[in-house]
Amino acid sequence: MRYAYYPGCCDHTSAKEYDISTRAVCKALGIELMEIPDWSCCGSTPGHSTSHLLGIALSARNLALVEEMGLDCTASCAACYQRLAMANVEMKNDTQLCEKINHITGKPYRGGVKVKSILEVIAEMNQSQILAKVVKSLKNLKIAVYYGCLMVRPRDIQIDDPENPTIMDNLLQNLGAQTLEWNYKTECCGAALAMSNEDIVLKLANKILADAKSAGANCIVTACPLCHFNLDMRQKKVNKAYETDYNLPVFYFTQLVGLALGIKPEALCLRDHFIDTKHILKLIV
Amino acid sequence: MSAINLTTIIKDNQDFIKYVSGESGQPVQQCYQCGKCTAGCPVALDMDYSPNSIVRMVQLGLKDEALRSQSIWICAYCSTCTSRCPRNIDIAKIMDCLRGMAKRQGIKLEGRAKDIALFYDSFLNTVKDNGRLYELGMMLNFNLKSKNYLRDADTGLAMFTRGKIKFVPMRNENYKEMALLFKRVKELEDKSK
Ligand code: SF4
Ligand code: SF4
Repeated sequence: MRYAYYPGCCDHTSAKEYDISTRAVCKALGIELMEIPDWSCCGSTPGHSTSHLLGIALSARNLALVEEMGLDCTASCAACYQRLAMANVEMKNDTQLCEKINHITGKPYRGGVKVKSILEVIAEMNQSQILAKVVKSLKNLKIAVYYGCLMVRPRDIQIDDPENPTIMDNLLQNLGAQTLEWNYKTECCGAALAMSNEDIVLKLANKILADAKSAGANCIVTACPLCHFNLDMRQKKVNKAYETDYNLPVFYFTQLVGLALGIKPEALCLRDHFIDTKHILKLIV
Repeated sequence: MSAINLTTIIKDNQDFIKYVSGESGQPVQQCYQCGKCTAGCPVALDMDYSPNSIVRMVQLGLKDEALRSQSIWICAYCSTCTSRCPRNIDIAKIMDCLRGMAKRQGIKLEGRAKDIALFYDSFLNTVKDNGRLYELGMMLNFNLKSKNYLRDADTGLAMFTRGKIKFVPMRNENYKEMALLFKRVKELEDKSK
C-alpha cells in the first residue's frame, strides 16, 4: 500500500510525536508513505474561517501536487484531513468553483484524488495482518477514545458516525485494550480558540477530562494534534483553574499501536508528553 | 437591541439574505427555529447571540447585528450544530460566511472577537510568507498585536524544553507562490464585494 503523505505544519513542532509515530507504525505495517514534495499549509481553521476561497485554495494546491504523484492521499492531522477532504468534495461538486480555485493556485486540480485520514488507512487494513505483528498487549489500558470533531463532521467528509464513532475503539480493542463508554467522544475541545480565549478552552477541556475520569479511564487516546495539545499540555492548567487533580496521559493512537507492535517508546516520542506516561507504559506487557 | 421594523428590514436587506444563502450554499429559509443547533453548541454560553438566533438574523436580514456579533467569531467550527440540524442546514458554514463578510467589510471588532480575528491573521500571515505555519512567529506576532506580551510564555517555554518549537520558519520549496495565491484570492473577493 502506497499513499501520498501530508504531514501538516505541526509535524516538526507541537505534534512531532504524531508524525514520528505515524511514520514508524506505517513502516512496520508495510504502508508506504511518500511525503508530498513541496506541500504547503492547508490553512487549518484560520483559512476557511475568514475566507471560503482561501480555505479551499490552500488545500487545493496540495491536492494538485498529489494528483501529479498519481496516488491517493493520507493526512495524520485531523484538521489537515478535514481541510483536504472538504476542498476535495467542494471542488468535485462545483465545476465553477474548481475553475476559480485552479486560477488562484495556478496548479490545475482535476479531482482525481481520494483523501483518507491515517486512522482510516490503518483501521481498514486486514486486522489479522496487524495481529500477526503484535508482540505486546494493551489489555491493562482503560482508554477513553477521543475523536473530537474534525474527523467525524460534517457529513460529507466524516470517517465514522458523528455521535458514536467506533473505528478507533475497534482498532485498539483488537490490540487487547479496553475502550470505555463515555459521553464526550466527539465533543469539541475548542482548539481554534486556544490561543485567543484560553478560558473557554479550559472549561471545555475540564468537561472532557472529568467525563473520561468518571468513566474509569487511565488514559486518553486521540488522532488529532489540536485535541492532543489541548488535553495534554493544558491538563495542568485545568487542574489549577478548576482545582482538579487529573493525571491522564494523552496518547496518539499511533503511539499505542506502535507499542503493541514492539516499537521502542523512544522511537514513538513517548517521553515528550506534558503528562508523564511512565505509569501507563509499565502496564503494557 | 432596540425596537426594529422587520418588514422594512427584510425588504431592504434582500441582497444580504441572498448573498449569505448563495455564498454558504445553505437554505437558510428552511430553519424553523427548533434550537437544536444551540442545544448542542459547546460554546453557546459564551456567545452574545445563540446559533439559532444568528440563523434567524440572516432570515430576517438583520445584517449589522449578525456581522457585529461576537458569536460568529466564537464559533469553533465543530459542526455539531450542522450534523444535528433537522433541516439539513450547515450552520457552521453560515458562521464561516458571516465571519468572512465581517472581515472583508472591515467591521470593527471588540472583546473576544477581536483577539480571535487577530490570531487568525497572525496565523495566515506566516503562511503567506513561508508557505507553512511558523508557530513561534505567529505567537510573537499575536502577542504583540493583542498587547498581551507574555501570553503563553509558560507554554512556549515548556514546548521549547521538549523540542516542540522551532526558532526558524519551515518553508516549502516554492513558498514564493503563496503570496501570489493570497493576492489572487483577495482580487477575486474585492471584485465580488
Ligand atoms: S437546528 Fe436547524 S432548524 Fe433548528 S434552529 Fe438550528 S438551524 Fe434552525
Ligand atoms: S460549529 Fe460553531 S455554532 Fe455550531 S455547534 Fe460548533 S461552535 Fe457552535
